[in-house]
Amino acid sequence: MSTSSLSGSVSGSHTSPALSRVRHGLAPWARIAGLALCSLLTLGPVIWTVSTSLRTPAESFDLPPKIFPADPTVDAYRGVFDQIDVWLYALNSTLVTALIAVGQMITAGLAGYAFARLEFRFKKPLFALVLATMMVPLQVTIVPVFLELRAMGLTDTLLGLVVPAFPTAFGTFLMRQYFLGMPKDLGEAAMIDGAGPWRVFRSVYAPLAAPGLAIVGVLAFNYHWNEFFRPLILETSTENLTLPLGLVSLQGNLGTGSISVVLAGVVLSMIPAVVVFAVGQRPLREGITSAGVNR
Amino acid sequence: MTNTEIRPVRPEPTRTRKTRHTRKASESTTTTARTRGARLLAVLFLAPAVVGIVVFTVVPIVGSVVLSLFQWDVIEDPRWAGVANYRGVLTDSTVLVSFRNTLVFMVLAVALQLLIALMLAIAVNGRMPTWLRSVFRSAFFFPLVLSAASISVVMKYLFNQDFGPVNWLLGTVGIPSVPWLTSENGAMSAVVLAYVWQQFGFSFLLFVGGLNNIPKEVHEAASLDGASGVRKHLAITLPLLSPTLLVASVVGIINALQVFEQPYVLTAGGPGDSTRTVVMVIYETAFEQLRFGEASAVGVLLFVLIMAVTALQFRLSRRYVHYQ
Repeated sequence: MSTSSLSGSVSGSHTSPALSRVRHGLAPWARIAGLALCSLLTLGPVIWTVSTSLRTPAESFDLPPKIFPADPTVDAYRGVFDQIDVWLYALNSTLVTALIAVGQMITAGLAGYAFARLEFRFKKPLFALVLATMMVPLQVTIVPVFLELRAMGLTDTLLGLVVPAFPTAFGTFLMRQYFLGMPKDLGEAAMIDGAGPWRVFRSVYAPLAAPGLAIVGVLAFNYHWNEFFRPLILETSTENLTLPLGLVSLQGNLGTGSISVVLAGVVLSMIPAVVVFAVGQRPLREGITSAGVNR
Repeated sequence: MTNTEIRPVRPEPTRTRKTRHTRKASESTTTTARTRGARLLAVLFLAPAVVGIVVFTVVPIVGSVVLSLFQWDVIEDPRWAGVANYRGVLTDSTVLVSFRNTLVFMVLAVALQLLIALMLAIAVNGRMPTWLRSVFRSAFFFPLVLSAASISVVMKYLFNQDFGPVNWLLGTVGIPSVPWLTSENGAMSAVVLAYVWQQFGFSFLLFVGGLNNIPKEVHEAASLDGASGVRKHLAITLPLLSPTLLVASVVGIINALQVFEQPYVLTAGGPGDSTRTVVMVIYETAFEQLRFGEASAVGVLLFVLIMAVTALQFRLSRRYVHYQ
């Protein structure tokens, strides 16, 4: 990823415009203008959402859409808090997402280490099993998982969302690769100094695993904060809804309500995702890329 | 540095045979203790992940297959149905239409997603200031962090025929108003566009990574040989990028076959059944109509479809993918 800086920033002064035209097929300014237009189209819906949420209901559908509302108001945000219990849904979402992220970091970190650095029987078939389950779509297993949770008394509880999400085949795979990438000599040196397997893990490898665990955590956050399908099936009481479900229920009131209120709700739910995007863009990008490349 | 040079002169060779022997023996006893400790540690470390995967993925897969052979509404006891559920769903017009819709959706969405992502990745890979490149990269990647459900809520307004910004934008270039959500083709197009808008960043990131792995010399050599822009990309970049293309299309297809949020929120499967997808049918059959047996049968069929398409892709890839 960081290799992009190698090819960038060098000004094109040593190549004539004609030559670079031949190289890239398009004049650089045309290519950059096209990219700028595509970025605008990509961010357009988000910009429109933010600006419409700040308008009065009466001018919600003004065309052409104005980026800056003539008379900005936060009434819509008040409306969201009046209509749904935003704090409760946000708390539910935060609890579920945080517990899953921490749980996945623990299960994936430990199992990834075992697959990478410990010797035990049935290692290969077990690892193959983990890899194979990466291919299984959630929707195919949802009915039996629902029935299992029902037997455990976990339907319509937040715990029912959390527990089945603890194991992560992909996270385990990612952490295994991560531990495999660490030099073997470190552990061997510690063992010669008399450290047992636990000490080797605890004092040598675990402290080095933070960046890998960050990828697992950020991916889990991004996925489960936005998750819709499982909460839709599992959570039936209003007090157990997570933010995405609460928002869609906001839209259900549209017949009477206003579009700016719905969009204000969407903006509110975006905030944590945007924060994670800003802070954790790099682990997120690496995680997403390796999600594809390593498959 | 100096240490390693001195090392041969150290008294190591002068050590007596006896000391060396005892040392080796004590080493081997600690080694077996260590192996035992390592095995115990392995069991403890593996247990949470493996037990979880078995309980929440492996057992449910088997469960799905078993359940698909029964008729069950949760209230009464399950009744053996054999292949009747499969016969039932395979002759059910809604189920068949949902498979057709899902396949049409998959082809359109994946083709569009890969095409847009590839063109943007090649464009971003060209010469430009580093800060500008990271601005573009962040912009294309941003929709991925948003929730598909809430974005679909937004898209519902954007695609409104009369006062939605999409039709207004098309109007400015002279395209007459499109009935996005109220006509069959319009609804499918809206679902595809909403999905692709959110997903292309994923393929884009893969392609940017893949392009970075192509040695610069290859491009320079091609330019020296007189290859021009488009031809250079068709003849040189694409074959070198083909492993990445394979990954992007396999993952893209697996994800597209599971599409749910966009049609559920944007069109509710309509108008008629024109945007009802397989996962929507699984959801409705199981959790609205409480027909768990039939829902599991549809789920098993979807799983078989996903495996078949993926296997087909890997077969085709033997001919079209070039590894460096």
